Amino acid sequence: MSDVKKFLYLNRRAPYGTIYALESLEVVLIGAAFEQDVSLAFVDDGVFQLTKGQNTDGIGMKNFSPTFRALGDYDVQKLFVERESLEERGLSEDDLIEVVYEDEDDDWEEKPAIRVISRAEMADVMADADVVLSF
Amino acid sequence: MAYEVNGQTVEHDEEGYITNLSDWTPELAEVIAKAEDIEMDDERWEVVNFLREYYDEYQIAPAVRVLIKSVKKTMGPEKGNNKYMYELFPYGPAKQACKIAGLPKPTGCV
Repeated sequence: MSDVKKFLYLNRRAPYGTIYALESLEVVLIGAAFEQDVSLAFVDDGVFQLTKGQNTDGIGMKNFSPTFRALGDYDVQKLFVERESLEERGLSEDDLIEVVYEDEDDDWEEKPAIRVISRAEMADVMADADVVLSF
Repeated sequence: MAYEVNGQTVEHDEEGYITNLSDWTPELAEVIAKAEDIEMDDERWEVVNFLREYYDEYQIAPAVRVLIKSVKKTMGPEKGNNKYMYELFPYGPAKQACKIAGLPKPTGCV
């Protein structure tokens, strides 16, 4: 298909408290179903969306963090996380959930989808996208 | 709107998806299936149970393409294909099987 566009979903907000994070993920799943080239970026408080061990019992919202692990099934293979945003919040790659995808070109081997990159690299990722949707 | 199971009523939306996911029971699945003109057998239960496990793990009802791909991965290509799945659930394997499994409408289905 020649008219595949590169979509980048930019997530800047904490997972709960507003509906942005959940809505972003829903749009990602819908967009991926239309076979577009979909990447996700997590910067600022958005990095909290991917943290391990989320428990939402006290706030009466659904814990949707397990849904990120289904992204591989939707052929979403690139989740970019900004290193500086992690560090500013006292987090590291070890605090993040695992998301894998199966590489069609490498005998369906499972590979990690989360890539921690620098702020400068993140700028390149954004510049490379045809469409950036910010949440 | 509601389904009737053993004298209990279970609320559902205008398309037949149950409102409260914790209301689901296997008996309710039989009632929903009947409303969909589907007779539940081992093959259909296998898909419904698969969807419930998928929801348990990922908290979403998968789109049909993802469902068929995942079934292919776990149950093999003779089941993970469009023909087999549409024979079991003629009005859409994701839509109908999710309804019977007591899950929300699959994300991305309009």
